[in-house]
Amino acid sequence: MQKFNSNVPTGPLENRWEKHKFDLALIAPQNRKKYNVIVIGTGLAGASLCATLGEAGYNIQSFCYNDSPRRAHSIAAQGGVNASKNYQNDGDSTWRLFYDTIKGGDFRARESNIYRLAQLSCNIIDQAVSQGVPFAREYSGYLANRSFGGTQVSRTFYARGQTGQQLLLGAYGSMSKEIASGRVKHTSRSEMLEIIIINGKARGVVVRDLITGEISSHVADCVVMCTGGYSNAYFLSTNAKGCNTSATWRAHKNGAYFANPSFTQIHPTCVPPTGDSQSKLTLMSESLRNDGRIWAPKNIEDCDKSPNDIPEEGRDYFLERMYPAFANLVPRDIASRALKGICDEGRGVGSIINDQRLGVYLDFSSVIEKMGIDKVKEKYGNLFDMYKSITGENPYEVPMKIYPAPHYTMGGLWVDYNLMTTIDGLFACGEANFSDHGANRLGASALMQGLADGYFIAPQTVANYLARGKFEEVSNDHPEVMASIDSVKSRIDKLMNAPKPKHSPDYFHRKVGSILWAACGMARDKKALEEAVKSIEKLKSKFWQNIKVTGSDADFNQTLEKAGRVADFIELGHLMCIDALDREESCGAHARLEYLAESGDAMRDDENYGYVAAWEFNENGPELHKEELNFEFIKPTYRDYK
Amino acid sequence: MNFTLHIWRQKNTNSDGSFVTYHVENIDSDTSFLEMLDHLNEKLIEKGEDCVVFDYDCREGICGTCSLVINGHPHGEKKATTTCQLYMRDYANQRELWIEPWRASSFPIMKDLAVKREAFDRIIQSGGFISVSVGSAPEANSQLINKDDADCAFDSATCIGCGACVAVCPNASASLFVAAKINHFERLPQGKIESKRRAERMINQMEEEGFGSCSNHRHCETVCPKEISVSNIATMNNLL
Repeated sequence: MQKFNSNVPTGPLENRWEKHKFDLALIAPQNRKKYNVIVIGTGLAGASLCATLGEAGYNIQSFCYNDSPRRAHSIAAQGGVNASKNYQNDGDSTWRLFYDTIKGGDFRARESNIYRLAQLSCNIIDQAVSQGVPFAREYSGYLANRSFGGTQVSRTFYARGQTGQQLLLGAYGSMSKEIASGRVKHTSRSEMLEIIIINGKARGVVVRDLITGEISSHVADCVVMCTGGYSNAYFLSTNAKGCNTSATWRAHKNGAYFANPSFTQIHPTCVPPTGDSQSKLTLMSESLRNDGRIWAPKNIEDCDKSPNDIPEEGRDYFLERMYPAFANLVPRDIASRALKGICDEGRGVGSIINDQRLGVYLDFSSVIEKMGIDKVKEKYGNLFDMYKSITGENPYEVPMKIYPAPHYTMGGLWVDYNLMTTIDGLFACGEANFSDHGANRLGASALMQGLADGYFIAPQTVANYLARGKFEEVSNDHPEVMASIDSVKSRIDKLMNAPKPKHSPDYFHRKVGSILWAACGMARDKKALEEAVKSIEKLKSKFWQNIKVTGSDADFNQTLEKAGRVADFIELGHLMCIDALDREESCGAHARLEYLAESGDAMRDDENYGYVAAWEFNENGPELHKEELNFEFIKPTYRDYK
Repeated sequence: MNFTLHIWRQKNTNSDGSFVTYHVENIDSDTSFLEMLDHLNEKLIEKGEDCVVFDYDCREGICGTCSLVINGHPHGEKKATTTCQLYMRDYANQRELWIEPWRASSFPIMKDLAVKREAFDRIIQSGGFISVSVGSAPEANSQLINKDDADCAFDSATCIGCGACVAVCPNASASLFVAAKINHFERLPQGKIESKRRAERMINQMEEEGFGSCSNHRHCETVCPKEISVSNIATMNNLL
């Protein structure tokens, strides 16, 4: 195992990545075909990495659980992608993007990583445009920008409300080009279930063919995980139904540290939950907050009235009232907490769930008056249509209702500056790692990070790892390979043949989800977290006693797929609560009720908690390792958005 | 709400399939169509039976994974909608629902309602991209693009690759899918350079995969969840 060392370069911040790149070892073009790399997951990070490594000449084998790489959940990102091009001449710069990102993350991430991300942001836009990504443009033919959640400059590039889709299709196209060239061999509908480690190095994976149930092993010189986040631990989230933690959790159980698992983002602008049959929540792009105004009735008696019958003086534009400087554009964590506060006061609107109305209004009426309905349609048309099709209400006539929902996970596998985990030869990119967003991610930064990792960072650092290592031949009958296959098979056996099969995977998923939502969601406290830890332990043993999977394991069996994923979510949920308990401060999305100011703002404790919590898996319970965060270039400040 | 469902069940690609009838009860009108199927599957697990396999992922109409022909209509009768965005309130008066997979020989059925659409991936691999490598891109604003062209390219680029156009076409043609990708790039200066070669290769691959040709039925644009116009097919034909 590599040492727990961030490997951050020294020297002036502006030169660190350039200097580091120069120090990385290279492999000559004619030798690259001798190296094999496995990439798990082909969303933005994975597809861009496959494309780039393929173009460079390496042999890549990639897997995804979807029926095509084009369907990864990156596709659902709506709002946009940030880049410090400063096309709008509004004072943007690499430094400002860097500062906004580190401040937005409440000073719980590395300076060096974020500065590199800000530097690479401009290359991403160039790359995407050259691939034919149809970004929004002005009549002059120049690229358009908009301002987006939590920033005071217009640096967000967008393709209507489908930026993620267009960027993913760009990366998928480039990856497809490399599949055609033969350098990338891709298999869809395959799920990684185990990592193969030989002499301390990640050397391969065990995957299950989701159609036939066949278990197979694949070996290589190193493995990169681009497997996304774990918001689905909450059951109801904005993530696609298939998104899961299984790959990252397998890595964790094999020695990769898991960093800041409790840092999960609850996004403020989602369609509110409606009832028990609901299987997922839908995000309405944050860009709506640029023009829309958020309000709740001032009086509880007005909550069941039609919003159009509530006069102006009866409306509380609470974000504008509480945060006059940023108003409706405050960062996500702050907006979500404010929304929850209003609903907890009893001033929510919409359908009643568990005796509470969960929703506030997002109102476009004044904008429609000002801009005209056509302009609003051009800017937000597809989002309005989506809202209408989900709720059956017309947002051009009645204000939309929104409520926060789990959306993104800042936590993930701990990685060093080279994006390598604590397992030698195991890298993690995109949402699967913890690296850049600290305790809260700013809007339009996820696409930026996934693509920076995949197009520009990992291709360099993976090559360095390959160049510096020696890789003895590993065959598919190596004892470690056989052991990994056996462990996968015996786990599947346990899922198929529980002692007292009684409940479906969804039953357990909803259970763990509701525990986490209540104790480790938007507001957390010691007592609730301690209870949650105990309930999850009980749930885990109940799961292995009572999980009921019908059908056969040698077949296309979605129930079995779900069961395996839920088992991992339960274990991860346990660690999320332990991490939230350990962090006796509030920062970013992590709001411990004991450490909130009266205004509701997070009270950070830099002296005692200015670290990344990296958890090592241990049969007797997780062990905490701390990576102290040193701020050499900026001074952590109080996040004041008032 | 209560519904009678006739669902296509098929063990695997090589076996025969048939409709099996199920009843679901007490469905809330705000339940989505796929959640209604989730509900059925929960009941099947209770009874110890194998669940109905159907494809889904994002459940917000953008990933293109879900399919299903419902009472003869790919993605149901509602316009500009994917199956995952259908709600049972839309089916108030249709108590009997016939649910089938996409039917096209180039989309073999894997099990029950799930089909294999890798033929679409291979068509993209044959040329559905701009041949640029990472690192060689010029500054993004160095090439200006007329807004109308950019918007038009976007309209074509919104294709989610679901395959409804194939499922509805009497010829099982993938022309709309192929043409949308060709037109997306044809509209952009950085994509136009390879247009002719791209069109030839993609159409060739489409034929090799066993998809039929377009004979102007135009059913594809009526079922397309992203409302991609058949005018894309005219642009494609002009390139040949």
